[in-house]
Amino acid sequence: MNKIAEAFARANAQGRPALIPYVTAGFPQLERLPGLVRALTEAGADIIEVGIPFSDPLADGPVLQKAATEALAQGTRVRAILDAVSGLTGEAPPMVFLTYINPVFHYGIEQFSHDAKAAGMAGLIIPDLPWIEGRDMRRAAERSGLALIPLVAPTSTDAHLTAIKKAQGFVYGVSVTGVTGVRQTVDQGVEPLVQRVKAMVDLPVAVGFGIAGPRQAVEVGRVADGVIVGSALVQAIAERPNAAEQVAYDCVHELRLALDNMVTKA
Amino acid sequence: MATKKVPDRFGRFGPFGGRYVPETLMPAVDALEHAYQEARRDSGFRRDLGELLKDYVGRPTPLRRADQMSQAVGFDVYLKREDLNHTGAHKINNTIGQVLLARRMGKTRIIAETGAGQHGVATATAAALFGLKAEIYMGAEDVKRQALNVYRMKLLGAQVHPVESGTRTLKDATNEAIRDWVTNVRDTFYVIGSVVGPHPYPMMVRDFQSVIGKEARRQMLKVTGDLPTHIVASVGGGSNSMGIFYPFRHDAVQLIGVEAAGEGVETGRHAASIQVAEPGILHGSLSYLLQDEDGQIQPAHSISAGLDYPGVGPEHAYFHHTGRAQYVAIRDDQALEAFHQLSRWEGIIPALESAHAVAWVIQEAHRLKREGARVLINLSGRGDKDVDQVFLYEQGGHHE
Repeated sequence: MNKIAEAFARANAQGRPALIPYVTAGFPQLERLPGLVRALTEAGADIIEVGIPFSDPLADGPVLQKAATEALAQGTRVRAILDAVSGLTGEAPPMVFLTYINPVFHYGIEQFSHDAKAAGMAGLIIPDLPWIEGRDMRRAAERSGLALIPLVAPTSTDAHLTAIKKAQGFVYGVSVTGVTGVRQTVDQGVEPLVQRVKAMVDLPVAVGFGIAGPRQAVEVGRVADGVIVGSALVQAIAERPNAAEQVAYDCVHELRLALDNMVTKA
Repeated sequence: MATKKVPDRFGRFGPFGGRYVPETLMPAVDALEHAYQEARRDSGFRRDLGELLKDYVGRPTPLRRADQMSQAVGFDVYLKREDLNHTGAHKINNTIGQVLLARRMGKTRIIAETGAGQHGVATATAAALFGLKAEIYMGAEDVKRQALNVYRMKLLGAQVHPVESGTRTLKDATNEAIRDWVTNVRDTFYVIGSVVGPHPYPMMVRDFQSVIGKEARRQMLKVTGDLPTHIVASVGGGSNSMGIFYPFRHDAVQLIGVEAAGEGVETGRHAASIQVAEPGILHGSLSYLLQDEDGQIQPAHSISAGLDYPGVGPEHAYFHHTGRAQYVAIRDDQALEAFHQLSRWEGIIPALESAHAVAWVIQEAHRLKREGARVLINLSGRGDKDVDQVFLYEQGGHHE
């Protein structure tokens, strides 16, 4: 079993969904990434998503756009991010990159897959690379032993769900038609979406986009195998950048406690 | 010079094109492709479009020899007068087609991106014609620079959303329009303004703009009894150039796309993505992009807002790749000079975009004369929109 599957199995054995926080590499500064990853690990993250900032993040809402813009303004480079994570992955839970296709394409998809794996990463999420365009990327990732995580949306067709049957890692469920960002309520489409995926694909389903805090995390966690929290965490960090590690710990620990306390799905 | 039929069913022009959009949008681009394929086979749709182009847009646009310019350069130059379209540029050929398609698909909400505002105005116009509501995304920087076009869009009943993210220009407006589309995909039609974006947009916009080349081919044969030796058109995203090139693609005619060299390609302040020819993926397709060593998109620069885009349509990348078209670049100062020249020679103030095409013909005049060229320029838009900016620029305040 690979590291991602193990992480979901471990959470599942404890009767709770996996907790998957997201941070943007280079925000507030790249030197803070090791401290942030340690804080997220101690707070109880099961998998950590590390964002590689891109100049034109068209799947992201204002919070993650701003984090990416600031990270790039400070000169955050792809090579430096790879170096930064390579020292961390031993002690941390499995880590996956989230980025856009152009930085990967420009780096070279073979080389990027190789270097990401060598840095200890377990997977890769690319929101603007739909499955049908991802064949070369998938091959390169598989050859390197990296999971290319498929995304599904409320609008996804059965043909898409059939196509991702052979995917690895987990399925990233986009909870709303829209971009990333905190929302007050959980979309009613989440449950039917997760059920449709689970009926066709034999992989854990984690849901993200719009989870604001413990209440929504628990609500989503009742139906999904994993809960992804990005904008809410990055927003909290943006409000107190000097205390980023403590803020990250507090935010994710609170979520983890909420998930620990929830009644089991069965 | 034969080229394969492109795009293929995956929206590929050779290695370029494709559909790089979030999974949420994939069903929408599929549905759009099917709806478009159906519409273009439907004689009713073609008839409606044809009538609108004739009676509302004012087509066919004239094609005429530019007498004084021809005399000055020493060979025949012809102008295809897209500046005489309703709203003053070729943009409306496309927006009428797309909004007609949106109505056919039962979409109730129209969105678009715009740079200087030309495509925004053309979209707002088409939406007004059909009684639909248009919302236009425009970089906050451009909103400031193009206040009159913002007012025009509002007059036409459109809502303009200033975009504050990134460089606050066209590429950011496009990002924001895509974000809106992802969010409101079920009832919203996204009217893209050039031969860019995910399949089927590059093909569809090309087809709608091909009316330029189809008319021009017929008119050249009628006026001169022959085809031109060269067709010259400016390239930003590339819709006016693809529109005039495409119907000539199987002819022995040299196709010249003129990019914006801005302050000079070597200065880095330009918009000439094909000159640099660095492949990349942005806004839904793989093409040539201005980008840094990490694949981060670099801001473009041109005195002409319509050329100020860091990418180019995938079919142009393909034409460059196969050698079917030749791509060159003209600096801001050369375009300005041509802006003046054409105004005096022909009594036609060209858009700064179109002035780039005129400038290349002037630059290459000696060689073209020697070759006995017969040159057709696509005069894609009128320059009234640029008069203020040129005035300010020449007062000395180098105005972006």
